[in-house]
Amino acid sequence: MTVLSPRNPDEVEQAVLWAAGAGKALEVIGRGTKRSLGRPAQWDATLDLSALTGVTLYEPDELVLSAKAGTPLAEIEALCAANGQELAFEPMDYGPLLGVAAGRGTIGGALAVNASGPRRIKAGAARDHLLGLTAVSGRGETFKTGGRVVKNVTGYDLCKLMAGSWGTLAAMTEVTVKTLPRAETEASVVLAGLAATVAGDAMAAAMGSAYDVSGAAHLPGSVAGRISADLGGRSVTVLRLEGVGPSVVHRRDGLCALLRPFGTASVIEESLSRPLWRAVRDSLPFAAGGPSGERVLWRLSTAPSGGAGLVERIGRAVDAEFMQDWAGGLVWVAVAPTQDGGTAAVRATIAACGGHATLVRAPAALRAAVAVFEPQTGNLTALTKRIKDGFDPKGVLNPGRMWAGI
Amino acid sequence: MSVRMPEPDQALLARRDEIVRALRAIVPGEGVIATERGMRPYETDGLTAYRQLPLAVVLPETTAQVAAILRYCYAETIPVVPRGAGTSLSGGALPLADGVLLGMAKFNRIRDIDFANRVAVVEPGVTNLAVSKAVEHAGFYYAPDPSSQIACTIGGNVAENSGGVHCLKYGMTSNNVLGCEMVLMTGEVVRLGGKHLDAGGYDLIGVVGGSEGLLGVVTEVTVRILKKPETARAVLVGFPSSEDAGACVARIIGAGIIPAGMEMMDRPAIHATEAFVHADYPLDVEALLIVELDGPQAEVDHLIATVSEIARGCGAMNLRVSTSEAERLLFWAGRKAAFPAVGRISPDYLCMDGTIPRAKLPLVLARMKDMSAKYGLRVANVFHAGDGNLHPLILYDANEPGELARAEAFGADILKLCVEVGGVLTGEHGVGIEKRDLMPVMFSEVDLAHQQRLKCAFDDKGLLNPGKVFPVLNRCAELGRMHVSGGNLPFPDIPRF
Ligand SMILES: Cc1cc2nc3c(=O)[nH]c(=O)nc-3n(C[C@H](O)[C@H](O)[C@H](O)COP(=O)(O)OP(=O)(O)OC[C@H]3O[C@@H](n4cnc5c(N)ncnc54)[C@H](O)[C@@H]3O)c2cc1C
Repeated sequence: MTVLSPRNPDEVEQAVLWAAGAGKALEVIGRGTKRSLGRPAQWDATLDLSALTGVTLYEPDELVLSAKAGTPLAEIEALCAANGQELAFEPMDYGPLLGVAAGRGTIGGALAVNASGPRRIKAGAARDHLLGLTAVSGRGETFKTGGRVVKNVTGYDLCKLMAGSWGTLAAMTEVTVKTLPRAETEASVVLAGLAATVAGDAMAAAMGSAYDVSGAAHLPGSVAGRISADLGGRSVTVLRLEGVGPSVVHRRDGLCALLRPFGTASVIEESLSRPLWRAVRDSLPFAAGGPSGERVLWRLSTAPSGGAGLVERIGRAVDAEFMQDWAGGLVWVAVAPTQDGGTAAVRATIAACGGHATLVRAPAALRAAVAVFEPQTGNLTALTKRIKDGFDPKGVLNPGRMWAGI
Repeated sequence: MSVRMPEPDQALLARRDEIVRALRAIVPGEGVIATERGMRPYETDGLTAYRQLPLAVVLPETTAQVAAILRYCYAETIPVVPRGAGTSLSGGALPLADGVLLGMAKFNRIRDIDFANRVAVVEPGVTNLAVSKAVEHAGFYYAPDPSSQIACTIGGNVAENSGGVHCLKYGMTSNNVLGCEMVLMTGEVVRLGGKHLDAGGYDLIGVVGGSEGLLGVVTEVTVRILKKPETARAVLVGFPSSEDAGACVARIIGAGIIPAGMEMMDRPAIHATEAFVHADYPLDVEALLIVELDGPQAEVDHLIATVSEIARGCGAMNLRVSTSEAERLLFWAGRKAAFPAVGRISPDYLCMDGTIPRAKLPLVLARMKDMSAKYGLRVANVFHAGDGNLHPLILYDANEPGELARAEAFGADILKLCVEVGGVLTGEHGVGIEKRDLMPVMFSEVDLAHQQRLKCAFDDKGLLNPGKVFPVLNRCAELGRMHVSGGNLPFPDIPRF
């Protein structure tokens, strides 16, 4: 297939104009780590943005960083870390789930899929940290939105529209994000052996406290054992505390006391806590190369208090493994690769419980046969289509990747 | 008054009685106001220099009524201006002579408080403070806290993506909204989000935030609520120059500290507020900084010590740490009353709202001083120092011929300067009519056309709040057109995989 590798934003514009004129559909990629996520649509050429690289501005005192969209995320994270900062939305790396090496994604890709991590519950997702961008819409026109300052309500917030649009509206060429101080230290409080419903209550109690919890996950025993042998056997409910030393100590003790009704909590220190949360972030227990690598993988977002019920309901219907993050509201479901990969059970459950589900990993045939992204219903279908038509009237950019006709 | 509103449609003005009758059929009784006296309270918002009586005021109570009103206005091509409490400082809720003013004040119920999911579901006419009040018995609060929080509504907050002194740490309205119900101009009702995080498709709640009533009428909002921090303490620091104060802010953030709030005032603002509320501010300083830290006691004590040390190293002339809740509130009393305090020393004032990269503060303040001399108008500055959001208050007297025009020109110069140094026209008050004609300073025609295409997807006839935000509202049919020519591959393809 034809691969267009523009070296600068002008060439991105030319490539899109060519496609629009020639009636071609482009697959838009950074370094392609998430290529297998989405409907397997038919594209005529690939628009590869990975040559647009480089950090163009980084002012740690101003908490702001700009980079060309194809800049490797790992490079940006290393630069921030060297300055005691980080991208607080903790973007997950889809690579290991999709059979791609870890640490290969680009900043543009992370933003386009509205990536986030365990800290989503406290610090937000990519959408909350994207301050400004330049992009080429499907009309072949370069536009900018937002700016480089945190507080900005000038015009529509198109940054939010771009975050999570999976390259279906515009190809971002340069982005500006907020950077934040990296926590001095962290520790995690762990409760062992809780059933999912009880774990939900424990996480709600922790989140409803003043202890500023920045991660709340529940891992069944079989899943926990894949992260660390020390954790194996029984389920673990893990709560992360980040901040300055004295504060973490104080909150750790307070949280252990608060959670006494749920059992005696133990504490994991920083050196073990960091890798544990990274594994939760990237959903490593379900990595492509691991014991569940053949399973079909779903990512569901629901109200936290409904997470346990949702797990139970799907578990009754199909052979599935689970992991919950976001205080119970983010549910990873790994389903045995039967015919529909759990589609009917997942969709019916989300319809009943509220929220949305994305089919993260499945054979192409299944992704072609069932909805990968949450199906649009009612008035939202037409509204989504009108937005697509406004930005990409010829259907040049990733057409069909999210939904047919978009 | 330099901003011109669209010419009213004479045909609509002539049909006024008929339109009022049709509205009465939808909202019975006192829900439709058509007398001049009854409509007076709605003729302006927080930007009081602009006044206009609407065609009629309608105060619906249910989503079904809102939908019916919009469906009717869409069919009859009648403009609609949504309104919350009318505290907008940018003229967002200014009525149109040929338009229906849709007041959302009767949507004032809290529908659901859900502590397990840490959300509240409220109607848009509920005031900002009422949300915090409704959950405070359980130790919770709603974080975004505009100074107008006693009066302003959640619907208005969503439409303006409002901030407050605590948004440095806790985010603006958009970062704290999870879902909403909204009625489109066609009368269609859409539900976006809910109690879960993020969107399953395009982030439409994200674009509704800050859309200034141009995309739809919000009829329900789901907001996040947070547990109150264990404690909060503030440091009050005086500096001999704004450069020193600015350097202190940069160093605090450079040290990895994100305070709950970090506010600065310049000399005129300090003197005006001290005379008004007697907060015991030092009067011999050029800049005053209030830094608030919140969280567990151990953390706050630790950070207060660090911040104090940094401030001393930056040439602080005096420094006080609050030792009680009463003292902390006293530190804030002056800052929170800054607008009315300035209102006392001048018949009128214009409140500007640009944001700049923090490091440019000394430059911007110096240039503002020159402008103040040039225009012959005083200016007092309060400043959300942590995030670079400036609120220069330009003092003028509307009764002096030409002063309003001079004040507006001064304000425009300040905002152009903000953009010139890498900032933006508005940090939290919105574009409205006030900054509408300055949009081209920040955005190209192509940028604005892309924003308007979003508008077209929601409101193809451009009937919701016309005359706001965009200097020129192009027709959707024109914006939708795309001319393309077939061509060759623009540059050689390089096989890479
Ligand atoms: C003294 C004072 C202090 C202030 N301090 C701050 C501050 O600290 N931070 C800050 O950000 N702002 C501040 N403001 C500005 C103002 O209070 C905010 O913009 C507020 O959010 C407006 O809310 P409102 O209910 O008054 O909305 P209105 O003024 O009635 O309307 C504002 C906009 O929202 C639209 N709108 C209202 N309700 C709806 C709805 N239900 N659906 C769709 N659109 C709707 C209107 O069309 C209009 O465009 C201050 C204002 C004053 C007067």
